[in-house]
Amino acid sequence: MKKSKPNNMMLQTAMRFITIIVFAFSFYLFFAGHNAPGGGFIGGLMTASAILVLYLVFHRKEMLKAIPINFTTVIGIGLLFAVGTGIVSMLFDFPFLTHFFDEFHIPFFGDVELTTALSFDLGVYLVVVGAAMSIILVISGDKK
Amino acid sequence: MEILMSIVIGIVFAVSVYLLLSKNLIRVILGTLTISHGVHLLLITMSELQRGAPPLLDLGEESFTDPLPQALVLTAIVISFGVTSMLLVMGYRTYKAHETEDLDKLRGSADE
Amino acid sequence: MTFLHWATISPFLLAILVPFLYKYFRKIHTGWFVLILPIVLFIYFIRYLPITSNGGTVSKSAPWVPSLGIHFDLYVDGLSLLFALLITGIGMLVVLYSIYYLSDKGEKLNNFYVYLLLFMGAMLGVVLSDNLIVLYVFWEMTSISSALLISYWFHREKSIYGAQKSMFITVFGGLSMLGGFSLIYVMTGTFSIREIIANVDLVTGSVYFIPAMILVLLGAFTKSAQFPFHIWLPDAMEAPTPVSAYLHSATMVKAGIYLVARVTPIFGGGPEWFWIITLAGLTTLIWGSVQAVRQKDLKAILAFSTVSQLGMIMSLLGAGSAAYYFNDGDNLLYTTAILAAVFHLINHATFKGGLFMAAGIVDHQTGTRDIRNLGGLMTFMPITGTISLIGLAAMAGIPPLNGFLSKELFFTGMLNASDYGIFNLDTWGLLLPAIAWIASVFTFLYCTILFFKTFRGKFQPEKLKVDKVREASFGMLLGPIVLITLVVLFGLFPNILAYNVIEPAMQAILPGILDAGELFAVHIAHWHGFGTELWMTLGVFAAGTLLYLTMNIWSQSGFYRSERDIFNYLYDNGYDGLIKGSQLITRAQITGRLRDYFIYMCVFIVLLIFYTMFRYDGFALQTSNLSPIEPHMWLVIIAFVLAIVAIPFINNRMTAVILAGVAGYLVALMFAIFRAPDLALTQLMIETISVILFMLVFVHLPKLKKDDTKPSIKITNLIVSIGVGLMITLVSISAFAFGSEIGFPSIKEYFIENSKELAGGYNIVNVILVDFRGLDTMLEILVLAIAALGVISLIKLRLKEGEDV
Repeated sequence: MKKSKPNNMMLQTAMRFITIIVFAFSFYLFFAGHNAPGGGFIGGLMTASAILVLYLVFHRKEMLKAIPINFTTVIGIGLLFAVGTGIVSMLFDFPFLTHFFDEFHIPFFGDVELTTALSFDLGVYLVVVGAAMSIILVISGDKK
Repeated sequence: MEILMSIVIGIVFAVSVYLLLSKNLIRVILGTLTISHGVHLLLITMSELQRGAPPLLDLGEESFTDPLPQALVLTAIVISFGVTSMLLVMGYRTYKAHETEDLDKLRGSADE
Repeated sequence: MTFLHWATISPFLLAILVPFLYKYFRKIHTGWFVLILPIVLFIYFIRYLPITSNGGTVSKSAPWVPSLGIHFDLYVDGLSLLFALLITGIGMLVVLYSIYYLSDKGEKLNNFYVYLLLFMGAMLGVVLSDNLIVLYVFWEMTSISSALLISYWFHREKSIYGAQKSMFITVFGGLSMLGGFSLIYVMTGTFSIREIIANVDLVTGSVYFIPAMILVLLGAFTKSAQFPFHIWLPDAMEAPTPVSAYLHSATMVKAGIYLVARVTPIFGGGPEWFWIITLAGLTTLIWGSVQAVRQKDLKAILAFSTVSQLGMIMSLLGAGSAAYYFNDGDNLLYTTAILAAVFHLINHATFKGGLFMAAGIVDHQTGTRDIRNLGGLMTFMPITGTISLIGLAAMAGIPPLNGFLSKELFFTGMLNASDYGIFNLDTWGLLLPAIAWIASVFTFLYCTILFFKTFRGKFQPEKLKVDKVREASFGMLLGPIVLITLVVLFGLFPNILAYNVIEPAMQAILPGILDAGELFAVHIAHWHGFGTELWMTLGVFAAGTLLYLTMNIWSQSGFYRSERDIFNYLYDNGYDGLIKGSQLITRAQITGRLRDYFIYMCVFIVLLIFYTMFRYDGFALQTSNLSPIEPHMWLVIIAFVLAIVAIPFINNRMTAVILAGVAGYLVALMFAIFRAPDLALTQLMIETISVILFMLVFVHLPKLKKDDTKPSIKITNLIVSIGVGLMITLVSISAFAFGSEIGFPSIKEYFIENSKELAGGYNIVNVILVDFRGLDTMLEILVLAIAALGVISLIKLRLKEGEDV
């Protein structure tokens, strides 16, 4: 990463578009996960690799400015989501991690099935993104 | 196919163990990476290969391959990533601290 | 949880408060707060006395682990009440004594009283529990609190040694006892002592009868310091004297006695029980009394004397168990031994407690406990001297004190036992009164030595560590005075105890022998006429006096000069041997070389699996019902195998990483072919990230050197790895064949059918992950989070020079 040259204009311009596509695809994978291949793990890994590609192309310092996220915190938020989803069902006297789902009609989207499993999966997604990113970033940022 | 896969998995394990027994830290880490491939393939193979469609209900098929081992392996893949990266970083730190990757030289004094 | 339950655990509750009381009320000695509890409890338990003395019992239940049949059941009958009164009563006096003994400056009073309260609660739990498992838990707690109290002055090496020793021995016994209890459960299906006694036929008829008995007795013998486990008790004297008086003479060491008495209805009646307990008791009695004569330390003399007296009570319980053989409670011939045991239990607690406190006073006021430095103290400490005189006279069996009465009953019990005419007693029976008599002579001897060497003789101020010897304060003397008053009181009027305390306890030890409404005859008198007992007692006095007068002669012998019990060498050498042996084994296998550990594991598992396979015909091959191999599959597999096999031969780290990456992508491809789209996607992503990670790190790692391992090691490695590979292949092929042979239905149908109905998802893999097995996934991401945090701390945590990871 230290060798990536910041003046590589072609690559950087191309990457801007490509990462947007990759991001979009990763979100699709995440939301489609319940019914088609995808889900929190895959979506999270895809997002992480999209961010990584950006890191490969741009300067580390620029990236830290562009995405000012502490990925360690993301891990914590993800775990809170996963555990919180489980606890919410306990508040209604169901066992830990009981999920519910129903069909809703939402304008523009049509009939959409919403499930509490999605929020659990969001937790998984966040943990995966956070873990993968923080591992890689902390290693690449290690002073020699 | 299952028997062929069993042999392939055996080869993967043999190579991985050989790498693990090496005294070079880098080879040991590579060994952990390959042995996890072996485990994942083993789990999938044990569930009978290619019996039915991928486990997606909206394909409208009658029979599906066993989804449970797939779920298990999916988590296993992610976990082994965590473990491998942990080991990798441990190896990296060890090298930084002791300036050697030779495991024979890294023996600490057995201090009970 | 009834009031009785709260009373039992109240010491624990107070123990939680003690550190705060100590911290916020530094002006007041913490002991005063603690003192309230035993007083309240004593009064509370006194209220049960009318119930038990009328033959009644109280039982209260509270569930603890009901699914395993473990209930916190408390049961108050004559025996447990007697112990509860001893624990709280002596506890009260000991706490009072400790207030003056331990200064509130410089002593860690909070620790002391927390441990003491822990012990009090645990001991109450032991004697009141009806459930064996609950009893066991409390039992181990007494061991722990005892060890903590012994090591109270933990900067002294001997304290630590004594604590460790007592811990080892009593916990060893406790664990054996747990084994015995488990066997009892196997036989009867219950942990409740009362239910076991009700179904005692299940125990006596079982093959586990003897093993269970021995295991339970190991627990009782170690706790009650019976020969040869007695060696921990003298070393336990490193504890502060109030502790010695409380735990190591009056209460805890009697837990073993309690246990033996409690299980007598279960195991008693046979020759094994009779002989084991009687002989163990008598051996302990004589060994302890002989060892006590050799000691020079006041507390050591008292410790060995405690050992010996415990042996005496134990032997009486053994002899009395024959009552079950005859099943005759009316006849004093069989029940006198039990009567003597209960009576002496009370007497011993009173005089020994008082004596320990008196020894503590001597230590406190003169700074030494060595009888060679002491002498002539009667002039300076008349009250302490009188207390000791009465206590020692009681122990030596001089009328009209209570010790005399129980010693006479002890002789009677032993003489009766030699007349039973069962269990080969007609041959060996005379041994019992003979040993009893000899031991009593030595008891008389050490009592005499203790008194005359300390309080009479020449005063040697130059050997003392204080300038001026004076009598102790009244508060300190109050405890022993109360106890010694009881010694005299029970001596003169033994029958105040007879039907109030002793008889109910006998009922509890020997239930079911008497018909309902009947009572055991408890007749304790000073004068029985010119019977054998009288001549034995007179003989003891004569022989004892003679030995004391000739002390100048035999005190020059080696016997008297060394004082260490020879069994200590056994313990010490055994302990050293254990430590050295384990170090040897550890050093042999923990070489610090990663390869060795892998070799151990691999070789072991390979040999195990191959053995199992050949031994139990565990190999199977199934050639039908396989999925076909498409031509493109060959391509993928060959490429994969080539990539994997090449890795060890590569000497360039980047090439190796790329090869590993290629292998990973091929695995993803295989997942796709095996119709696992989710897996293929995940593997693809992970492989990408992994390769980036490896690249990142490998840049900083050294270049891969050519493998310069010795060929012999290489060949070993090769053999081991091929063995593992072969094992995996064989296991995998066989598992597959057996799996379809047995024809267990796969549980996949459940997921396929319910994925839509129960979880509303079409992607079954994802539904399993987030819904059916959601908890697993949650823990899995937790592991991932921990791994990430581990990586972060490994990198960010900069260890200083010399620090190790």
